[in-house]
Amino acid sequence: MAYSEKVMEHFTNPRNMGEIDNPSGVGTVGNAQCGDIMRVYFDIDNAGIIRDVKFKTFGCAAAVATSSMATELVKGKTVQEALTVTNKAVCEALDGLPPIKVHCSLLAEEAIHAALWDYAEKNNIVIEGLKKPKSDIHEDEDEEDY
Amino acid sequence: MTRQIYLDNAATTATYPEVVEAMLPWFTERYGNPSSLYEFGQSTKAALIDARERIAAHLGAPAQDIYFTACGTESDNWALKATAEAYANKGKHLITSAIEHHAISHTTEWLEKQGFEVTYLPVNADGLVNPADLAAALREDTTLVSIIFANNEIGTVQPIKELAAIAHERGALFHTDAVQAVAHLPINVEELDVDLLSASAHKFHGPKGVGLLYIRKGLKTRSFLHGGAQERKRRAGTENVPAIIGMAKALDLCMERFDERIAHELELRDHLINRVLAEVEHVRLNGHRTLRLPNNANFSFEFVEGESLLLTLEQKGILASSGSACASGSLDPSHVLLAIGLPHEIAHGSLRLSLGEATTREDIDYTVEAIKEVVERLRQMSPLFEDFIHGKKALSAVR
Repeated sequence: MAYSEKVMEHFTNPRNMGEIDNPSGVGTVGNAQCGDIMRVYFDIDNAGIIRDVKFKTFGCAAAVATSSMATELVKGKTVQEALTVTNKAVCEALDGLPPIKVHCSLLAEEAIHAALWDYAEKNNIVIEGLKKPKSDIHEDEDEEDY
Repeated sequence: MTRQIYLDNAATTATYPEVVEAMLPWFTERYGNPSSLYEFGQSTKAALIDARERIAAHLGAPAQDIYFTACGTESDNWALKATAEAYANKGKHLITSAIEHHAISHTTEWLEKQGFEVTYLPVNADGLVNPADLAAALREDTTLVSIIFANNEIGTVQPIKELAAIAHERGALFHTDAVQAVAHLPINVEELDVDLLSASAHKFHGPKGVGLLYIRKGLKTRSFLHGGAQERKRRAGTENVPAIIGMAKALDLCMERFDERIAHELELRDHLINRVLAEVEHVRLNGHRTLRLPNNANFSFEFVEGESLLLTLEQKGILASSGSACASGSLDPSHVLLAIGLPHEIAHGSLRLSLGEATTREDIDYTVEAIKEVVERLRQMSPLFEDFIHGKKALSAVR
């Protein structure tokens, strides 16, 4: 598996790994059958700024690295800004992913959205542009014959 | 520089230096074509005859029944395709198992597209084929049964002699993919009474690019490569002389020190299995506890994903293999692990360690410590483990 140095670096030293007690929002996406599950925790202040973010991931090196990078990219941002962090941005920040691992970055984006959705529901607010996350991102994936 | 501990001998082995030495003259000095009539070619032919006789003797076969190929995959393809075709008048039903190497299973899938019918025998939780299942699956039109001798992932060794006898009772031929077994288990084709057997040199310290197929005398088969008269016209093409001589040398060396080599591997394998099962929680040994290759250990660590496990172990200098989807470059975990009944999420956390003659007790102890540390670290990172600890959702229990 040809991973970039950035991917290996984030896999080896993941940023923001852990849990947050009483999080403002938490989201879990993925599917153990497919071999990857991501969970993201947010601590969001009254101004809507992400003060802290943590993740836990069961999955391959790409899944760990995209979780690590995605949490880095949203930390300190406003909720609205966090929403603009796409899987493409995560991929680029990691200097790319092997084609069959791109779905890991989608999972990372989805995990961020799932945690934001939970935050919105808990606080009874509507975050513009945020759709209800899919619990299992693999549902939409086409069967590919590698 | 981190130390390197190579625990992937089921993938390939180091070529013995003596083997390389035995091969060298056949490249630069004695490069004559064995089909040439002058002495410079005929002496090469004599060396091939000698290599074939030595290899045949190790397998308990007549020399003329050993055919050289380019790899185990070619041997498997030849055995299945050519035999199925040669006996198609008698019937078009084949039987194999659910845990074959892809060299067999992808070949039978291809044969299905050519109009053959294939029965895939299930295995039990230890990976064993039940002889009664074979007896029940055999039909009038069954021409060939192919069962892997020892599984490449979980190491389970099948009751080949018993299975071959059952096939023969019903008039079917018996092939075994013995790529992982040759030089690792005692094998005598006459005593086992198998009709076809595949092997590959690089799994027993020989060079890559050479394998063999044993075809019992009198058996109908088709030429696999058409061309010259090499390999009794059944597999044309100039012989890979240096590699064949290397294969013979490798098998000589393996069989010469068979007993001490296997005793060493068995002791370390059991030390590894015992330590991991005793010192790591939520772990399962895949494959049969005793009916297994002397150098194979395969574990599933719950809540941990295999590719992450492999890459982290590599950072500690340990080279191994996994049946996880990510490690194989597909979306599904190993068909072998699913066939023994593992749920997907547990199959994803598998690790195969295959030992060799050069493996030491220190290597194993270092590896066990590394596994404990890496599994603990990955579990701290795993939402599945977090859920387990919090008791929110228990995963399907480890068998």
